[in-house]
Amino acid sequence: MSFDKYEWTAISIMVSLFILVGFIQGWSVSLVILNMCIISAIMTMGVNISWGYAGVINFGVMGFLAMGGLAAVLVSYPPIKEAWHVGGSGLGISFVLLIGLVIAVYFINKLVEKKSLKYWLNGLVIFFGVIIIRYFFLNATSKIEEVDPALAGFLGGANLPIIFSWAVGGFFAGGVAFLIGKVALGLRSDYLAIVTLGISEIVVSVLKHEEWLSRGVKNVIGLKRPVPYEINLQSSDWFINMVTWFNSSKLNEIIDPDQKQEILNKLIIDSSSLFVKLNYAVLFFIVMIVIYYFANKAQVSPWGRMMRAIRDNEVSANAMGKDIVKQHLIIFVIGAAIVGVAGAMLVTLDGLFTPSGYRPLRFTFIIWIMVIVGGSGNNLGAIFGGFVIWFAWIEVAPLTTFLINFFTSGMDPQNAIRLHLLNSVPYFRYLLMGMVLLLILRYRPRGIIPEKVRHS
Amino acid sequence: MIDFINSIVVLLNFVIIPGLSYGSQLALGALGVTFVYAILRFANFAHGELMSFGAMITILFTWFFQSQNIGLGILPTALIALPFGILATIVLGLLSDKFVFKYYRTQKSVPVVLAMVSIGVMFVVNAIIRIIVGTETIKFSDGQKFIMKAKQFKVMTGLNEGLALKSSQVITILITIALLTFTFWFLQKTKTGKSMRAFSDNEDLALLSGINPDRVVFITWLIVGTLACVAGTLYGLDKSYKPIIYLNLVLPIFASAIVGGIGSPFGAVVGGYVIAFSEIMVTYAYKKFFKYLLPENLEPSSLVQLLSTDYKFAVSFTILVIVLLIRPSGIFRGKVL
Repeated sequence: MSFDKYEWTAISIMVSLFILVGFIQGWSVSLVILNMCIISAIMTMGVNISWGYAGVINFGVMGFLAMGGLAAVLVSYPPIKEAWHVGGSGLGISFVLLIGLVIAVYFINKLVEKKSLKYWLNGLVIFFGVIIIRYFFLNATSKIEEVDPALAGFLGGANLPIIFSWAVGGFFAGGVAFLIGKVALGLRSDYLAIVTLGISEIVVSVLKHEEWLSRGVKNVIGLKRPVPYEINLQSSDWFINMVTWFNSSKLNEIIDPDQKQEILNKLIIDSSSLFVKLNYAVLFFIVMIVIYYFANKAQVSPWGRMMRAIRDNEVSANAMGKDIVKQHLIIFVIGAAIVGVAGAMLVTLDGLFTPSGYRPLRFTFIIWIMVIVGGSGNNLGAIFGGFVIWFAWIEVAPLTTFLINFFTSGMDPQNAIRLHLLNSVPYFRYLLMGMVLLLILRYRPRGIIPEKVRHS
Repeated sequence: MIDFINSIVVLLNFVIIPGLSYGSQLALGALGVTFVYAILRFANFAHGELMSFGAMITILFTWFFQSQNIGLGILPTALIALPFGILATIVLGLLSDKFVFKYYRTQKSVPVVLAMVSIGVMFVVNAIIRIIVGTETIKFSDGQKFIMKAKQFKVMTGLNEGLALKSSQVITILITIALLTFTFWFLQKTKTGKSMRAFSDNEDLALLSGINPDRVVFITWLIVGTLACVAGTLYGLDKSYKPIIYLNLVLPIFASAIVGGIGSPFGAVVGGYVIAFSEIMVTYAYKKFFKYLLPENLEPSSLVQLLSTDYKFAVSFTILVIVLLIRPSGIFRGKVL
């Protein structure tokens, strides 16, 4: 990993921006933004792998993120035994029946030669199969949802440390991507965009409404953390000692012991929340670096070169004997899996899973803007795009408030236009995002840090 | 016999009439998407926001007329405001073309880049709408709400079941019929319409025969702006206006256009109704319908609902995927106007 001068500039600009925010708005704000920036950067790397390496469009980011989030719930939440007790067998029966149905359809397609007969048989078997499965399934799920609906009402999870869910989230998202890819990847790119967008909406609406699985719109709160809790930190000796040691010069100036204790307590509370955020940042950073390392390795490997060949000229790559459909599927699944990892991390950071929070504008299109702005085909560019755009997304609001106040300072404070503008401050970020995307696509279509052309 | 009529009335009231009006809104939207796709050759993700923008301008003018006490009596005031909304939507479409899309057209960019660009336009228009009217739900239908109330119908016919007819539904259906008739007449009979069809069929050949591409693009945006604004306003009139709802509407609209065969105007209209009816029919609980039809001992105990209404949206996409798998060019072999 060697960066050229240009890339070093980009990196140092980012670092100094965070330091600046740290000094102006406080380190806590800076770390909150940093954590989300890192997660965004992982999402953009996922999209970048499928779009930048192979030109496979993936507008289903939102759905894969939600699958990652589901993984976080299913891995870390304690199982609800009563729910398993009342509904487990019913679910099991319907699952077995579903497998039976799939096998039956498979054999019909294999054995029956005549086309019209095949369609009719398929239709009939699927119709009656679904009716039978629905009977068992709905019975079981309604029983599960009745178990203590205010607190549980779903199956719960496996009660494992939540950090495992980052890998599981990748598998979940990859699995869904495999199914989508099998169905949709033959389509032309703009059809594929629409279809993936639609399927991601279906995934989210399933998570929203299948309460037995994910608690749906009732949300899952209080997920476990991979890092210590503030309250435990505040009472542990080593942490108090560390805070005292860090601030020793400041504390030594105060002579009054009561006042000293008071200030120390305040410092401990502040630094405990800072410490937790820092822990998250370190964990996320490690994941980001690992993914970045392997993504870069893959890009310069023979496989990466083949992907580029497929992207740049599908026909000749095909003529060279590369299996395009298979490679597209592989890269679609890999990209989606990385997005799924980010989805699990997002839920881990929030500590709660809210299916209704997944909206395409925020979780699909913004990610795409990050990739385009940063530079598709370049992993550092993707990371940079994730950082810059998320940073702008957060910092636009205070900046616009400042600007509106500045430009309307001559007006009466109760002026209707001024008040209306101040009320619509949160919407200016959409304006900025749209403008940035349009400007980049027009004047720098390869992104801020473009893909390096390698001739080796 | 009376039971049979009752069951038909139930179906009319809950499935057919709502399906017709929702289908009309989708059909108008899908027609706009198809026009952009066939002539400008890209999937316009900003179409939903174009609809939303048109509806917003119409609402602003409606408020203005209401404050001036200008109205249409029993008809909604929005109908007088509609021409202004159409004008503004056309201007927005032309501006977006001049400042954004034209560059990529002359560069002959690939469709995906244009689709990306349209996402940028979508963000900008979305922000403008939110900055102007916020995100709250706005009800702007006035005049007489019902042409026929359920109770009136019951008294009139003596049936058990009522049939309510909202004026917004009737207006939607009538305007759609008028607009569709005009569009198809224009495409088939006028010289300009024929030149547009030629342009969408084979651009180079059309240019060789002396068709002015700028004029074709201009006319396209006239039609697209009109269709988008009318569709957006009718949807808002029918279900109350909410700026963020139009982003979700883009997907069923795309589904309609693709299911019908993208690029084929007739297909877009049919696709709109197919999507609308399947969304409503699959998620409707047929219990009441069967109650009238079946003998008493066979009466269904459950709701007889194929899918819960939560999945209304998923239905359109499942249909889209199935159609793409079995017949990728859509029901009416799209591509050409």
